[in-house]
Amino acid sequence: MTSPLSGIAASTGIAIAKAFRLENPELTVEQQQVGNPAEEIARFDAAVAQSAAELEVIQQKTAQQISDKEAAIFGAHLLVLSDPELIGPIKERISADSVNAEFALQETSDMFITMFEAMDNEYMKERAADIKDVRKRLLSHLLGVKIQDPSMIDEEVIVIAEDLTPSDTVQLNAQFVKGFITDIGGRTSHSAILARTLEIPAVVGAQNAMATIRNGQTVIIDGLEGKIIIDPDSATIQQFEQEKSAYDAQKAEWAKLKDEPTLSADGQHVELAANIGTPKDLAGVLEHGAEGIGLYRTEFLYMGRDAFPTEDEQFDAYSKVLKGMNGKPTVVRTLDIGGDKELTYLDLPKELNPFLGLRAIRLCLEMPELFRTQLRALLRASVHGNLKIMFPMIATIEEFRQGKAMLAEEKAKLLEAGIAVSDSIEVGIMVEIPSTAVMADVFAKEVDFFSIGTNDLIQYTMAADRMNERVSYLYQPFNPAILRLVKMVIDAAHKEGKWAGMCGEMAGDDIAIPILLGLGLDEFSMSASSVLKARAQISRLSKQEMASHTDRILALSSSQEVEAYVKGIS
Amino acid sequence: MVEKQYTITDEAGIHARPASALVGSISKFQSDITLGFNGKQVNLKSILGVMSLGIASGSTVTIAADGADEEEAMAKIDEVLKAEGISNQ
Repeated sequence: MTSPLSGIAASTGIAIAKAFRLENPELTVEQQQVGNPAEEIARFDAAVAQSAAELEVIQQKTAQQISDKEAAIFGAHLLVLSDPELIGPIKERISADSVNAEFALQETSDMFITMFEAMDNEYMKERAADIKDVRKRLLSHLLGVKIQDPSMIDEEVIVIAEDLTPSDTVQLNAQFVKGFITDIGGRTSHSAILARTLEIPAVVGAQNAMATIRNGQTVIIDGLEGKIIIDPDSATIQQFEQEKSAYDAQKAEWAKLKDEPTLSADGQHVELAANIGTPKDLAGVLEHGAEGIGLYRTEFLYMGRDAFPTEDEQFDAYSKVLKGMNGKPTVVRTLDIGGDKELTYLDLPKELNPFLGLRAIRLCLEMPELFRTQLRALLRASVHGNLKIMFPMIATIEEFRQGKAMLAEEKAKLLEAGIAVSDSIEVGIMVEIPSTAVMADVFAKEVDFFSIGTNDLIQYTMAADRMNERVSYLYQPFNPAILRLVKMVIDAAHKEGKWAGMCGEMAGDDIAIPILLGLGLDEFSMSASSVLKARAQISRLSKQEMASHTDRILALSSSQEVEAYVKGIS
Repeated sequence: MVEKQYTITDEAGIHARPASALVGSISKFQSDITLGFNGKQVNLKSILGVMSLGIASGSTVTIAADGADEEEAMAKIDEVLKAEGISNQ
């Protein structure tokens, strides 16, 4: 048994399976003279045929298991593979200069890659990545090196990778991938969020996993504690199998609370809602008994495609979610891009500090047509359910007023055109910038609700980039500075008879829940898979008793003291 | 040879998805087919060539087909441009 590794617990659960290393092999090419160019061309043709056959299988599998849209990526790769302007010159180079196929491929494709990369447009740069991808496949066949495709995994494994891009993650089939471990990344990285959506255990930021774990070794991953055990002995396997069944049993226990309201031990009701990214996530929301959707992240509608979604496409997605929720409250967040979330077809200039730059509501107000299209789609969909609209990243009251005015204008236009719009749409804001939390009393007079976005609120309050591992110790949800801001927001809302929710990671945290319950938070929104666990926890807590600890908690001096205090009372 | 001008109406210009549809649909024709834009000409059977032009919405492009099946090829191009919403003329 090798000594255990550890990392950040990104998605709960325990898995025991064989390791599958998702590798990025180095493919080195050297120039060589060949004696018989015709033979070399035949060797190249064979590599093209093998690559095409492989891509066709992957395309088919992706279409079956994921979606046609994801499969289209591989359709484009097939076209590159048969591109006369790429394949023709490679063969000419082989026969004219008697060089090896690898070298001709490398040189010719480099010309295209350089050309696309020089176009200084994110979208075109991604096309360069497509050519590199196809080249890698061709080279692997020419050099006889195997590369792996995540969609081809067909036995139960734990995937080990340096990092998983969103497109890698969508290719992972939850039927076979029992968990994953990455060397880099944090609790809020996209792969971690996706792991929680897929409900597979994950440990990220494990640093040495790729250097330590070999293909086929048995690995235990404990997504509750962030532990990884490599090559366990039979006693350890047995111990974790027991823990796994205990965890599964607990999950079954929680499942009984599915149709129950969320009540504290002293009979107070709070609303437990779920965060979603696409209409596909609805199933999980209903299955885990969430009482609403506290955050529908609409940016996924805009990502992974090559043009803006039309008003009708958006209308379809929003209507589907609203209908699916069958009258339960559904908070839709308007487009939140910029920062670490880019749109390849929206070619915005690079910024020195993207998290402090033109993003979210700022971008929408700067590009009113983009924003108005989304507002119209939302308004048209509003008649299908209980819609609440939320603007992200609000920093000043003017931004909110401007957004709300645009919404009112679009509503008036639709009504004039005879299109039905619900007349009870609540309009609120996300509180994720300290200026807005501090001014919550002013905002509370004009908004219908607040939803506290803790990931960004913590990042901006502590002035620490949440993607930067070197300052990750400053990601402190329990720092009294954060808790005091949260209290200001909740108190300000209640003073004006409005409600306050939380849709950040913190809302589902078992240390945060007692504090938030005591502070009087009205709505907790989290990953769907955390809802039942939170409901069970709240049923054991007295809201009144937790409220009696609030003053003492807010007077503590550090995050560690808060954590220790809460563990002592709950 | 037949030649026709088109104005690109797709708001994203000619990007990967419409370009794939266009290139994929004409590969079977024998005629030489070119796409001209901004003084440059590329082979319309080459996805990389088409993409490299970076054609934006509102641009005017010239498509020319030369060969035994040039008429059928142009008819197919007309059809695909309309079906994919790339150009409506």
